[in-house]
Amino acid sequence: MAWFTQFLLLLGSISMLLAAIGLLRFPDFFTRAHAGTKAASLGAGLILLAAVLPLSGQDIAVRVWLTIFFVFLTVPVAGHLLGRAAYLKGLPQWPGKNHDEWNPPAEKENESSS
Amino acid sequence: MFTLFEIIILSILGLAFALSVVRLLRGPSVPDRILALDVLSMVALGILGLYASATGDPAPLDVAIGIAIIAFLATAGLAHYYLTSNQTPGGTGDPDTN
Repeated sequence: MAWFTQFLLLLGSISMLLAAIGLLRFPDFFTRAHAGTKAASLGAGLILLAAVLPLSGQDIAVRVWLTIFFVFLTVPVAGHLLGRAAYLKGLPQWPGKNHDEWNPPAEKENESSS
Repeated sequence: MFTLFEIIILSILGLAFALSVVRLLRGPSVPDRILALDVLSMVALGILGLYASATGDPAPLDVAIGIAIIAFLATAGLAHYYLTSNQTPGGTGDPDTN
């Protein structure tokens, strides 16, 4: 059991490190939000899972399971709110993007309507 | 107390914390800084979980609940504040200078 806890700790911390590297290296806000929400919540969930596994049967274990559930429920919502605000404020986007699902380019609309 | 393995995990988490602080200080626009704060609180959750796992003391896990709730409310509130503010978006739009 101890090796499984250590495996979860290692996986979670590496996921956190990847989130921080992505946060630092990606070119614009929207790609940074991709790294900063998904990888960081996965890392927090894995490390909290490593903390809760030896505690099975205690009162605190229920609260930690609820924390894991809460993190995976709220981090995408917060990321969506932040990305929506940034999009509506017209934050600069990476010039290499090839499509925009909210506001598609005009020529593609003409192709679909004709 | 802490074994070598847990010190290694703690240094990986500390490195992630430091890189997020760099983005928090550099971040050319306001949402970048809000996102960096969100990642910082997630790394803080990880450090608290590691401490609870290393010492067997479940007290930091209660702190983790509070940090998770406050991180969500702070991000949602700051995003709303940014959306309704009159501030023009920061940053140059040039990926090489960010």
